[in-house]
Amino acid sequence: VLEDTKTKRSIGWMGLRRGHHAKPLEWLAEKLIFVVSLSAILIVFLIFIFIGREALPVLFGQMNTALVQKTIPVDQMDQMTPAQLQKYLGLTKEEFAKMNRDNLKDLMALKIESSKDSSKDKDAMVNTTEWRYLLRPYQWTDYDRPQYIWQPVSRIPKYNIIPLIIGSLKVTIVALIFAVPLALAAAIYVSQLARPRLRELTKPIIELLAGIPSVVLGFFALIVMATVLQHISGSQSRLNALCAGIALGFSVIPVVFSIAEDALTSVPRSYVQAALALGASKWKAASQVVLPAAMPGVFAAVALGFGRAIGETMIVLMASGNASIVSWHFFDSTRTITATIAAELGEVVFGGAHYRILFLIGVLLFAVTFLTNMTADVVLNRLKAKIEGKR
Amino acid sequence: MTSTATTANSGDFRSHKGRRFRAARIDWASLLGTGATGLATLLIVAILAIILGNIFINGLPYLSWRFVSTGTATDMFDVNKAGILPMIFGTTARVILMTLFVLPMGVLTAIYLTEYARIRSPFTRIIRGAVNNLAGVPSIVFGLFGAGFFVRFIGRGMDSALYSAGATVWGQPALLWASATLAVMTLPVVIIATEESLRAIPQGLREASLALGASKLETIIKIVLPQAVPGIMTGAILAISRAAGEVAPILFTGAAYYMADLPKSLHDQFMDLGYHVFILSTQSPNVDKTRPLLYATVLVLLCLTFLLNIVAIFVRANMRKKARMLH
Repeated sequence: VLEDTKTKRSIGWMGLRRGHHAKPLEWLAEKLIFVVSLSAILIVFLIFIFIGREALPVLFGQMNTALVQKTIPVDQMDQMTPAQLQKYLGLTKEEFAKMNRDNLKDLMALKIESSKDSSKDKDAMVNTTEWRYLLRPYQWTDYDRPQYIWQPVSRIPKYNIIPLIIGSLKVTIVALIFAVPLALAAAIYVSQLARPRLRELTKPIIELLAGIPSVVLGFFALIVMATVLQHISGSQSRLNALCAGIALGFSVIPVVFSIAEDALTSVPRSYVQAALALGASKWKAASQVVLPAAMPGVFAAVALGFGRAIGETMIVLMASGNASIVSWHFFDSTRTITATIAAELGEVVFGGAHYRILFLIGVLLFAVTFLTNMTADVVLNRLKAKIEGKR
Repeated sequence: MTSTATTANSGDFRSHKGRRFRAARIDWASLLGTGATGLATLLIVAILAIILGNIFINGLPYLSWRFVSTGTATDMFDVNKAGILPMIFGTTARVILMTLFVLPMGVLTAIYLTEYARIRSPFTRIIRGAVNNLAGVPSIVFGLFGAGFFVRFIGRGMDSALYSAGATVWGQPALLWASATLAVMTLPVVIIATEESLRAIPQGLREASLALGASKLETIIKIVLPQAVPGIMTGAILAISRAAGEVAPILFTGAAYYMADLPKSLHDQFMDLGYHVFILSTQSPNVDKTRPLLYATVLVLLCLTFLLNIVAIFVRANMRKKARMLH
């Protein structure tokens, strides 16, 4: 492969094409390749754009879920722009165009009338899609103190996303505590200590764990593990963060294992040989020479494991109990971001506040996993460059 | 480990005359480290064995030809009558459709990225970064995308363009949209696997072909691609096995809770094996009674995905061996 692009252009791959007169059919085929790959790439970016677009109204505070809205006196009608008026009266463009001034006046009067009828309930005035209601606790009537509440299907829908974030983090933490030490230890053993024969046997077996569909792991957690764990711990709720977290750990193990194993194996063999020659045991060479050299890779493995755990849906949907309560206790049932989307998107009104909020937490999830993946990617590339430079 | 312990204490060779050659001290730290990591490996293998063993032992007795070859009858929770043919059909159909979408798209994109695009340009770098990152995006996000983009945006758009107002043909969850969503999800798998196998082909082969007067496209079609077939196959199989077991992306894009008939067209909903496992384990009126049904369904799903995985592992191992021989 020629490194320099200049020489490459004159004699390499690119340059040779110039000498030939492409046949029209070939020209067409090459253009087709370009168009198809361009559209594939477009789809990738479309995902970023589309999910964000659906959540935009919430992000910019354009949604209003308040049951009772602030009314405007009829004589102030002339001060409003047509667009404002249309929005205030809740009309479509076509409907608005058909109305004359008197009709609009009547509608405004009607609006004031109807708001007088409805209760003096303070909660009904609240637009629950505002940021402060999404993120901060609020003193609802009938509650004894300000609380974080996710209750999208009720008279006053409450969309506080803090319980979901805590739920996701809780389950993820359990999964990582369970999976990371196991997977790392196995990676060290398989890549450094095991005999070649054993290594060739165990590696595909552990990777096979990645081939188990998450719905099957969820089923196993729900039907088998939950009962066993409840028996051991005596916890109140059968399905809880611990049960979901451990099952989630099963799906994290192969991710952490294969990346850490790759990183450990990519450390030049000469490092180990040098350590052994200096009198270190195999374990010492592995733990004090190879592991530190591959540390960025291990970090990337954990980051990718985190991304996998926080984005996993079916396992937590089936085994976490799905109660959206704010609690850091591991034996309480929890509801995660992913499970919320999976359980609720099927029943929402298209374009409504609930729909938008679900997309908003989808964006949040996307952003978090995207950032972790990118960090891991950068770290791995640097490690690769460093090791290749040293070879 | 004992052999390395001896080397660690090789200083003992200058033992005094008369004194007996001292046996090497046991290196407890090394022993503990090796033991602990070995135990962790064993534990992971044991977890896998327990999961698989549990499913096989409980699922095998109920598995029968009738079970996989009949429909759900009237009650899908009826242990004696329910079959899973519609689910097997649905899963197979959506996976085949997905392959039809993703394979040409992924392979052509990979060809463009490796053979045509300049490696170092920022454009290619951005694309590669995006593709790599897409591989780690949670499957439920693809579900959101499919529901918002394919079903609502494209589906509704097709309805208002092709049919009279008010008709809903494409603007609802359907087999086509589920397959398309899965195709987007598995696109990076195919692209990455194909790219890897294209890179593994020695540059000399391409240069030799060009030197003999072949055009670039001829070289790609007749020299490069045949060599890359095992790699592309691995990518396709991995994509299929991942897609076959995924449930989250099809929750809102096509999977049905219950359907009396098999789907007849692309805009019908379908029953799905993975989704059926979810339904059986969470919505069953009597969990203990339907347990054999559930286990047998899980077993079928597992066999399907594992078979594909094992084939992929073998094809890849063969490919790597071949690649080593070429270099």
